[in-house]
Amino acid sequence: MLSVFQSIEFSAIGQALKNSSWAFAVIESIHLLALAAIGGAVLVVDMRLLGLGLKRQTVVDVARDAQPVFVWSLLVMLVTGAALFVSEAIKCYYSTPFWVKMTSLALAILFTFTVKRRATLSDHAPASPAMLRLIALVSLTLWFGVGAGGRWIGFSG
Amino acid sequence: MSLLPFCRWLAETRGSIALHESLYMYPLVESVHVLTLCLFVGMSVLLDLRLLGITLTRVRVSEVTERLLPWMIAGFAVMLVTGVLLFYAIPVRSYQNIFFRLKLITLAVAGLNAWYFHEGIHRRVADWDRDVRTPRPARMAGILSLACWAVIVVSGRMIAYNWFDCDMQPQRAIVNTLAGCVPGQTR
Repeated sequence: MLSVFQSIEFSAIGQALKNSSWAFAVIESIHLLALAAIGGAVLVVDMRLLGLGLKRQTVVDVARDAQPVFVWSLLVMLVTGAALFVSEAIKCYYSTPFWVKMTSLALAILFTFTVKRRATLSDHAPASPAMLRLIALVSLTLWFGVGAGGRWIGFSG
Repeated sequence: MSLLPFCRWLAETRGSIALHESLYMYPLVESVHVLTLCLFVGMSVLLDLRLLGITLTRVRVSEVTERLLPWMIAGFAVMLVTGVLLFYAIPVRSYQNIFFRLKLITLAVAGLNAWYFHEGIHRRVADWDRDVRTPRPARMAGILSLACWAVIVVSGRMIAYNWFDCDMQPQRAIVNTLAGCVPGQTR
């Protein structure tokens, strides 16, 4: 596994990003801007599921409106995040917060596009309010793990 | 009048040194500051995109502002408190950092823009509440807000980089001027 991370960092792209004094800062800034957008898109839906925020709208309406913002900012997050990773893959390999983040991210994406999507975006029988609240809490917890883990990568090493 | 003497005094206070040197408090405060972006800037982005007719188009504008504003204010309060604490931990370097200065100026512009929006076109929101294509001043406010917050987020992140720090001489004269560098007073 380590050798894979090593060859990623020593790849042409990895070295180019690592040797540039500006690239990391610029990519990281875009990553942060997308964080604000994805945060808003996740929060507005999860808050609605908890009965907060835009509660006069139906869950489906809020979720449908937030979906494009969510998908686009997720794409930007993944692309910029991958670039950041490539530039310091070996550090990430030894970083506990990195693995926490990746595990949370995999679970968050899986959960969002299966359970949460089914409960918020489909016309199936609507889930009970208690179930919707549970879905919101799981979603918030997983995405919080992604965000907090991400911030903590920078503090270690 | 320079605030440098005040910042140098602040840096010598016990609380500032404690926060600066703490193993967990500083990173914790910084993490809360960064993650609250999602609440505060995230909600602002949704409001701005509504003003631009890009999202939440079936929701009345007044409802978006009414329902989301309390959350934005709560988020901003957290941003402000944690932001002040981050400055308190590293006052002199922050004060003499061009990104920090850019961030504060842009914050003021964002504040004026929000005030102008609420005192201006938003007072007549009943006239255009359901419009997907909102009046021009509302769209302008949305674009300016998005631009300001983007600058604030990016410059906030850039404060961490020391490219233009006063103790990284030589710097271009313009950098020293903008950063307010005073020889021998960089900490």
